[in-house]
Parts: sequence; C-alpha cells; structure tokens
Amino acid sequence: MSHIDDIRQKIQLTEHTVFNVNSTNFPGTYDEYDDVWSQERFEERFQIDIVSLSDTDMEFDMVGVDAAIANAIRRILLAEIPTMAIESVAIWNNTSIIQDEVLAHRLGLIPIKADARLFEYKLKDAEQNTSEDTLQFRLKLKCTRNNISSDAKDPDILYKNHRVYTKHMEWVPLKGQEHLKGIRPVHEDILITTMRPGHELDMDLYCVKGIGKDHAKFSPVATASYRLLPEIRLLREFYGEEAELLQKSFSPGVIDLVETSDGHKMAKVANARLDTCSRNVFRHDELKDHVSLLRVRDHFIFSVESTGILPPDVLVSEAIKTLMGKCQKFLQELEDVTGTKGKHKKGSKKT
Amino acid sequence: MADVPPANSKQPVLEVLEMKSESEESFQTFILHDEDHTLGNALKFILNKSPDVAFVGYSITHPSENKINLRIQTTGKPAVEVLKQGFKDLKQMCAHMLTTFESSAKYYKENQQDDEVMMEQSS
Repeated sequence: MSHIDDIRQKIQLTEHTVFNVNSTNFPGTYDEYDDVWSQERFEERFQIDIVSLSDTDMEFDMVGVDAAIANAIRRILLAEIPTMAIESVAIWNNTSIIQDEVLAHRLGLIPIKADARLFEYKLKDAEQNTSEDTLQFRLKLKCTRNNISSDAKDPDILYKNHRVYTKHMEWVPLKGQEHLKGIRPVHEDILITTMRPGHELDMDLYCVKGIGKDHAKFSPVATASYRLLPEIRLLREFYGEEAELLQKSFSPGVIDLVETSDGHKMAKVANARLDTCSRNVFRHDELKDHVSLLRVRDHFIFSVESTGILPPDVLVSEAIKTLMGKCQKFLQELEDVTGTKGKHKKGSKKT
Repeated sequence: MADVPPANSKQPVLEVLEMKSESEESFQTFILHDEDHTLGNALKFILNKSPDVAFVGYSITHPSENKINLRIQTTGKPAVEVLKQGFKDLKQMCAHMLTTFESSAKYYKENQQDDEVMMEQSS
C-alpha cells in the first residue's frame, strides 16, 4: 500500500502524537484520486455488520462513512430522538425527608416505557393536558408500622411501604388512551425515596414528549459512542522474550505467539480489534521503532446502550431517519426560498 | 421522522442573506436555525466533496444562539443550487444507510432465532 493511501485511509498513533487525523479525501487534494462524491462508490464500499444485539445493547460496525456522518448519527442518538419523561409533578402531600424539588427531579430521570412516536410535543402555551401529548401516573403511598411485636431491627420487618419504588407508580390512562398498552416505568425496582411510619407521598406525575437537547432525561440512550478499528503492523519479526514483551504491551488476545519450525516463539497479530490503543508498546525502546499503530479512518465500531424504552436497533434507524428528515426540511425550505426569489425577479423587471 | 418541537415553528428555518448584486449568487451565506454541529459538519463534508465548491465552512455564532452560519463559495454555479444538491446527496446517502442497516438488523435477528432453535434442539 502506498504512502498516500495510508495518509488517506489511516490515522497513525505515535508515542506522543496522533498523525493524519483529518479527512483529506476531497476533490483537489490529490491529483491521482477522484474524490468527487459518488453515490455508487459509496454504496459499493458502505457496509454494516451487527456484532451483538439485545433489548438494551448493540454493537455494530459501520464501514465506509466519514466521521462527520458517523458523528451526526451519534449526536442525534444522544440528543435528538424523542422519549417520554416526567416533566411536571403535582405534589399534594410529601412528608418524606426528601424535598419536593429534589423528589420531582429524581422522578424526571425515571425512564418511562412508552413509544414517543405515538405522541405529539406539548405546545408551549397549552394549558390542558391532552391524550395526545401527556401520560399521567399516580404515586400515593403511606408508610406504616408493621404490628409485629418482636425485637427485630430490620426496617423490612418493622415497617410497611418504607421503600418507594417505581413499581408503586400507577399509570392513569387519560380519556382516549385506553388502547395504549404496557405504559409503565422501564424498571420496577428503582428506589425513589425511603420513608418512616407517618411519612406519606401523594403525587400526580405528568410525562411529556421531549428531546435530549432540551434535557438529558429525554435522551433514549445511556451511552452511544464509537471507536475506530485499530490496525497493528509489525515492521520486523519478534522472537522469544521480545515477543512476550510485545504481547504484554497490548490488550489480551491482540498478539498471538506462534511456534516456528525451529522451536522459537514468534509474535503475530491475531486480533487488532481487541486493542484499547493504550500505546504501551511505545514505552519499550527496543520495540517502539518496529511497530506501527494505526486506526482505520472509515471503520467505526459503534456501541449503543439503550435505556430500555426502545430497542437499540430501532434507535439507530430513527437516528438515520432524523438526519434524512433534516435534509428534507431544508430542501423544502430552499424550494420555497428560490420560488419566492423568482417572483421578486419578475417584479423588478416590470419596474 | 421530521417532527420538530413546535415551540420553534414560528421562527424561520432557513435564511438566505441578501445579495448586493446578481453577480454574487456564487458566494452566499445561509443561516440554518435550530441546527448545530450535527447537521453543520455533515453538510460541510458533503459540500466539500462537490467539485463545484471552492469554499464551504460553518460557524455557530454564539453558544446561546441556536443557529449556524453556513458560507458557500462556488466555482461559478449559484450557491443555492449547490446547497440543494448537497442536501439531496446527504439524503440519498442516509436512505442507503437506512436500508443497509435495517436489512443487517433483520438478518441478524433471523439468524439469532435460528441459533436459538438449534441450541434448543441440541440440548
């Protein structure tokens, strides 16, 4: 592979710096390459491999896109996919030791299992909650003494209802929401507060649709991140103790020791993907000039961890759709702008 | 999904800064409201890929102002047309990403189920 190809396709990690960080594959940068955008070339190279997928976690490889696009998807996942979250709380009674405002904030962070695509954003000046924009829960609980005369010190035995969990939140369907099913907090065992006999909670909780840009409680993901695929090149052969040192400089599983025909151990790159790119290898003077650490510029290893409201694959689909929606919105606007400009031109010609 | 919080629906979405003369249509500044690096950087990438673009750059005017300024200078074509093409390219690219992703997810799920059936049968 030529030096230019390396600059274009790889990011190089050295002892103290990182080289070739920025994409350079734009028309005009290189003479011998045609870097003009082409959908056909993109479709030829673009690839997605799903490594693992569960109800909450997903890892997948996205190959053949620029960091600008991968980052747009990551940012949309974090901040622009709507979910339902508790936005206002009517506190009729709160005699627990946790203050009203702190309690309301805690409640806001509880993930609510409801598909926000079925709801509308609540208008800023709307006074009434409607079945299209609001979900209501009720939380009413009183802590009492358990009438057991024993010497027990365990609060679980002494008191009833002394721990308030999300399972105590009861969904109250508004008029017209009877068809909705399974509206509940994602987890039933999130501790909201603890109480002692005589303490009491009586609250109405109102959920609205929102996005993470407005408040992090609306973010549908716990984390969404990507890293670039590592590539390790051994510039000479390593045997014996050196090979073992090399193996120890990388994450487990990255370097394999293979036995040569004359009984020596030789180092071989087995799976560069497992490397954390700690660059430990550059701490050893005898190794550092003979190893090249790279990352593939357009191979993204995405990791998406959902809060459990929507499955992670649905979230990624929605993120790509959101980006498409943005393009569509501005295309429409541009149509309108150029349309009106044409009219102005005609007008000016008449005068 | 193109729904946007309705709180912003009254404000303009896109502004094209007025040209001083007709000859300036090849270099223009656009203001995209309610956008940030998410769209700005993606758009900068796709426009840089165009042979008609001499310069493209964007900036967020102020952290508390929810808008970006996008500057396009072309090699002759009207900047509006180049921007339009950029959005079309980006949209087409996303469409392909979406179909690829959804078919991969479907394929993974089907094979996963097959694996589970195999596991049950073998045990």
